[in-house]
Amino acid sequence: MGSLISQINAVVAMNVKSLPQRAWMSAATVFAVAIVVAVLLAFLAMANGFQATVAGTGARDVAIAMRQGAQAEVNSVLMKEQVDLLSAGPGIAKNETGPIVSAELYVIVDGIKKASDTKANLPLRGLSEAGMKMRGDLKIIEGRMFQPGTNELIVGVGALKEFEGFELGRELTFARSRWTVVGVFSMDGKVAESELWADIGSVQSLFQRGNSFQTVRLKLDDPAALEQLKAYNEADPRLKLDIKSEADYFADQASGMSDLIMYLGWPLGIAMAFGALAGALNTMYTSVASRAREIATLRAIGFGGTAAFVGTLAESMVLALLGGLIGAIAAFLFFDGITASTLGGSFTQVVFSFKLSPALIWQAAVLALIIGFIGGVFPAWRAARLPVVVAFRAA
Amino acid sequence: MTENLFELKKVSKSFVKAKETISIFEGLDMTIKAGDFIAIMGPSGSGKTTLLNLLGGVDQPTSGEIHFDGKRIDNLSENGLAAWRAANVGFIFQFYNLMPMLSAAKNVELPLLLTGLGRSRRKASVEAALKLVGLDDRAGHLPKEMSGGQQQRVAIARAIVSDPKLMLCDEPTGDLDRATADEILKMLQLLNREFGKTIVMVTHDPEAAKYAKKTLHLDKGEFVKEELMA
Repeated sequence: MGSLISQINAVVAMNVKSLPQRAWMSAATVFAVAIVVAVLLAFLAMANGFQATVAGTGARDVAIAMRQGAQAEVNSVLMKEQVDLLSAGPGIAKNETGPIVSAELYVIVDGIKKASDTKANLPLRGLSEAGMKMRGDLKIIEGRMFQPGTNELIVGVGALKEFEGFELGRELTFARSRWTVVGVFSMDGKVAESELWADIGSVQSLFQRGNSFQTVRLKLDDPAALEQLKAYNEADPRLKLDIKSEADYFADQASGMSDLIMYLGWPLGIAMAFGALAGALNTMYTSVASRAREIATLRAIGFGGTAAFVGTLAESMVLALLGGLIGAIAAFLFFDGITASTLGGSFTQVVFSFKLSPALIWQAAVLALIIGFIGGVFPAWRAARLPVVVAFRAA
Repeated sequence: MTENLFELKKVSKSFVKAKETISIFEGLDMTIKAGDFIAIMGPSGSGKTTLLNLLGGVDQPTSGEIHFDGKRIDNLSENGLAAWRAANVGFIFQFYNLMPMLSAAKNVELPLLLTGLGRSRRKASVEAALKLVGLDDRAGHLPKEMSGGQQQRVAIARAIVSDPKLMLCDEPTGDLDRATADEILKMLQLLNREFGKTIVMVTHDPEAAKYAKKTLHLDKGEFVKEELMA
C-alpha cells in the first residue's frame, strides 16, 4: 500500500510538472472550465442575491393581510372598515395609541432605468408613521423623512442607484401632481430599498384612492399569534382576507423569480459543461498519447496500472480545479455585489445585488471536478492499459 | 540461486496482424546462466526485441514456459509481472527513456519508490548509483541539460539502483557516437564482471557485441550462430 501511494505520488507529480509541455492545450481546458464556472456562478449569484433581497425582507412577527386571492400587494384592495375590523383582532401587539397596525397603499409609477434608458415600473408606497416604526431597520441616510400631509417622498437607495432623476431635491410628476424628493433611505439591503415612500394620506388623495388601501401590516405579539388572527379572520364574513406572515409573503414572491433564474442557470451551465468536457477529453487523450513512452517506461520499471490511471485522472482534476478557481475568482471580481433590477412579484422593479456565497462556489467547484473526472477517467483508463512494449519503440 | 537464471522451454510467440498470424518464434529453447553477458544480434524482424520483451516480462509467449531463477513467470498476472520486473529487472533503452521533467536523481530514484525504502535510504542508494556511473555531480540536472552519453549513464544508474539480478538492454548505444558508446559498454562490462549482473543486450553493432561474453545470432526466430568472446 505504501508503495502504491509512493507510485501514485510520483506519477501525479510527474504529470503536473509536465503540464508546461502541453501548455496551450492545458490552458484551453482551464479556460473552458473557467467560463463554465463563471457563467454558472453568475446565474447562481443572481438567484441568490434576488432571494436574499426579497425573501430576507419579511419578519415572522408581522402579518400582512390582502384581498382574498391577491397574489401580490398590487392586486389587492382593502376598505377602511376591513382594516378597522382586523385591527380589533386577537394577537396584535399594542402601544400607547392602540394596536400597531399599518394600512398601506402600493401604487405604480414610472421610472427610467439608468442602465437601459427605458421605462420601468416603480412602486410608490403610501404609509403612516406606524408603518415606518414597524420597519425597525429603516435608516434615513440622506436628507430627512417626509412630512405627513405633503407631496414629499423619500427614495430607497436601490431605486436611487438604478433609476434616473431621484436625487435629493429633485421634483417629479406623478398622477398630475408634483412631488419632491426629501430623503434617501436604506433598509439593510431589503426589497423596500427599491421603493419610493410617501405619506399615506397624500397618496390616497393624489392618486384618487378615496379611503381604500391595498394591504395592512399588523405587528403580532409573537409569531404564534398569527394563527389566532387567521382564525378570527376566517370567522368574520366581512373579512375573509388572505393573511400570512410577512416572511412567508416575501418568500413566495421570491421563489418564482429565483427558480426561474436557477432553472435557466443550471441547464445553461450543464450545456456549457459538455463543451468543456469535450475539451478536457481531447486534452487528456493528447496528454496520454504524448506521454505514452514515459507511461510505458514506468510500467516497464514496475509501476502498476493503478498509478498510471490515478496520475492521469489527477492531472485532469488539477486542470479542472484550476479552471474552477479562475472561474470563481472571475465571477467574484465581475459579478459579486453588482446591482441589477428585475420585475418582482408586484410587476414592479426589484433592485438586488448579485451575491456569491461559499455554498455556491462549492457547487461550481463540484461541477468543475465532475468535468475533470469525466474528462480524465477514459484517458486514464487508456493510460493504465497502455502496452508496456511502447517503451521500446522509437520516439 | 540456480545456475540457470533463465530457461525458455518451447516458447512460441505469434501476432495476428490484418487477420494474418505472424509467427516470431516456434518452440524456442534457451538458457541464460547467472552472470552471463549475452549480446543478441540479427537482422530486423528476426525477433530480437520480441525476445527481450519476453525475457523482461513485458510480453507473454503464446505457448511454452519461461522460468526465472527456478520460478515460472510466463503465467503471472500483469500486476504480478510488474512486481517481478520491479524486483529483478533493470531496463536500459536505446533512447534512454528518462522522465524529462525529473532531475537525474529523481529519475534514478523511480525504481526505489516500488521498494518501500525510506527517504534517507533511497537518497543514499541514488547517490551510490550516480557515483558508480560517474554522475554524482549532475544529480540535480534535468535530462535536457545532459549529453546523450550522460543520459544513458543516468539510465544505467536507474537500472541498477534497486540491485536487480538481470539487466536488459535494447540497443543501449544505438543513439551514441563510438567513443561514448564504448564508455557505456565498458560500464556494462564492469557491472557484469564486478557486480555479477546478468546482462542481455540486443544490438545491431558488432563492435558493441564484442563487450559481451557471448553473442547469439538470431534469424527468423531461431538461433543460427553462437560466438564466445575471448
